Amino acid sequence: MAGKAWKFGDDIDTDAIIPGRFLANWNKDPEKLKTNCFIDLAPEFAKEVAAEDFVVGGENFGCGSSREAAPVAIKMTGVKIVIADSFARIFYRNCINVGLLALESPAASAAIHHGDLLEVDSAAGVIRNLSTNETYSFTPIPPFVQQILDLGGLVPYVKQRLGID
Amino acid sequence: MGATITEKILANAAGREQVSPGEIITARVDAVIGHDITTAAFRELEKMKVDKVFDREKVYFTVDHFVPSPTLDAAAQLKDLSAYIAKYEIKHWFDQGRGGICHAIFPEQGLIRPGMVVVGSDSHTCTYGALGAFSSGLGATDVAAAMALGELWLKVPSSIKFNFFGALPEMVTGKDLILHTIGQIGVDGARYKAMEFCGETVRDLPIDDRFTMCNMAVEAGAKNGIIEADKTALEYLEGRTQMPFLTFSSDQDAVYDAEYRYDVTRLQPVVAQPYSPANIAPAGEINGVKLDQVVIGSCTNGRISDLRAAARILRGRKAAHGVRLLVFPATQQIYLQAVKEGLIEIFIEAGAMISPPVCGPCLGGHLGLLAEGEVAISTTNRNFASRMGHKNSKVYLSSPYTAAASAVAGHIIDPRQVI
Repeated sequence: MAGKAWKFGDDIDTDAIIPGRFLANWNKDPEKLKTNCFIDLAPEFAKEVAAEDFVVGGENFGCGSSREAAPVAIKMTGVKIVIADSFARIFYRNCINVGLLALESPAASAAIHHGDLLEVDSAAGVIRNLSTNETYSFTPIPPFVQQILDLGGLVPYVKQRLGID
Repeated sequence: MGATITEKILANAAGREQVSPGEIITARVDAVIGHDITTAAFRELEKMKVDKVFDREKVYFTVDHFVPSPTLDAAAQLKDLSAYIAKYEIKHWFDQGRGGICHAIFPEQGLIRPGMVVVGSDSHTCTYGALGAFSSGLGATDVAAAMALGELWLKVPSSIKFNFFGALPEMVTGKDLILHTIGQIGVDGARYKAMEFCGETVRDLPIDDRFTMCNMAVEAGAKNGIIEADKTALEYLEGRTQMPFLTFSSDQDAVYDAEYRYDVTRLQPVVAQPYSPANIAPAGEINGVKLDQVVIGSCTNGRISDLRAAARILRGRKAAHGVRLLVFPATQQIYLQAVKEGLIEIFIEAGAMISPPVCGPCLGGHLGLLAEGEVAISTTNRNFASRMGHKNSKVYLSSPYTAAASAVAGHIIDPRQVI
């Protein structure tokens, strides 16, 4: 399904994605994060973003704190895929664990403009820019990580490891 | 081929002769740490239907971010956390009034030892590298998995060597060293990598300054920061722990991605300007930055030597009119020590407010948020937009010397201009 690109710059930190003041007891009701996602950096984002849209960042996306509330906040807006030149490591792990697809693609990050219409073809392993007719490849997901994703995240993975139904 | 300290610790934790940078391994975890926001991890543990942690003696919890509870959400979180601590029978639990900020209290209590693998749901978990441990921050679900399994999957990081030589000039501290380093390599200069700090300057560096340096490794994107456990580290551990531990050092022929050499004799007290910890300038060259607030404390710089440094400047002086001076000792024990040494009296006479040992305004939680347009200098670790309050407020990062001197002046200055 095609969706619009929300373009952000380099070094987007987790305080920009969800400021610290919203963290107390956040995962008691994670839905509440939705309206505050990018609240200070791009206040229009949470109001206007559609479930099929994409977040597109530059280098080192998600740097800073380890707060899992950051990828969860993006996920709660309905967005399912984040594309960036590169990701900060804790943010990348958190994406895997909460089921937000993080695609590393320097070519896509450099070429995509705000508002471009995008589509991800997982089978072909490419990102298509329907506004410019370009396609970009993304870094393949490591097999071990793919295993966790295929199980549905880290929670099912741990249950399987411990033989819990 | 030789190995680095980080590779040796991870090989040991994976039950292997050696490991190579880039490979994914499963490592034994020696400790999992958390704080009040890590309540989220217990909720994930419940989703996993796991009814006990892998080892109740190897999970450490404190409360530091939203305590004493500033909101009803925070109060509810704390109530849930207390129930989880009881249910999972967590042995090392530091409730309000019994502990302090995670990255200060766990080492202080002898719970962190060289050679350990420590993970926790706080990005500054990398602090423990100061004692020659491998430590790294994770999110809540990863921490839940580590609490359930006692192990962690991770990619072995390659290492960058930072070799410091020469004697530190007066009032140039570990904070200035790490800020200078981040300024040189950038906020993603060590992304996914280990930052290994070494050289004669580091060998002479007090343990508190080493905690400060490793604490901020994540601000360069690093997986961990690490310093070989030497005489200084062993002296710190003496009397704190009876548990056995292994010390590792990097081989002469270990392979590094890069090596940086810094002559520290020419360094000056520096600040990180808004809105990046890599936006570094000498404090003495920042002109006309008038301050509304000064924060001294945090997991980065709230230890006893940090408070002594601030008191050295503030003794007999006062914070400038219109400047709010806030001091956050990092643990109850540090607070008590500061009382006994008369440091708290110095701070109060200088016009400071003294807070309980919590994170407070560092992450924009409470106890000193900035209004629109306000400016602070802070000994904390991050100065991103919105970090300490309003999106149009500004935070400069510095050492306790520079922060205290700037409080007296009312604007940012080089502390050597005060004494």
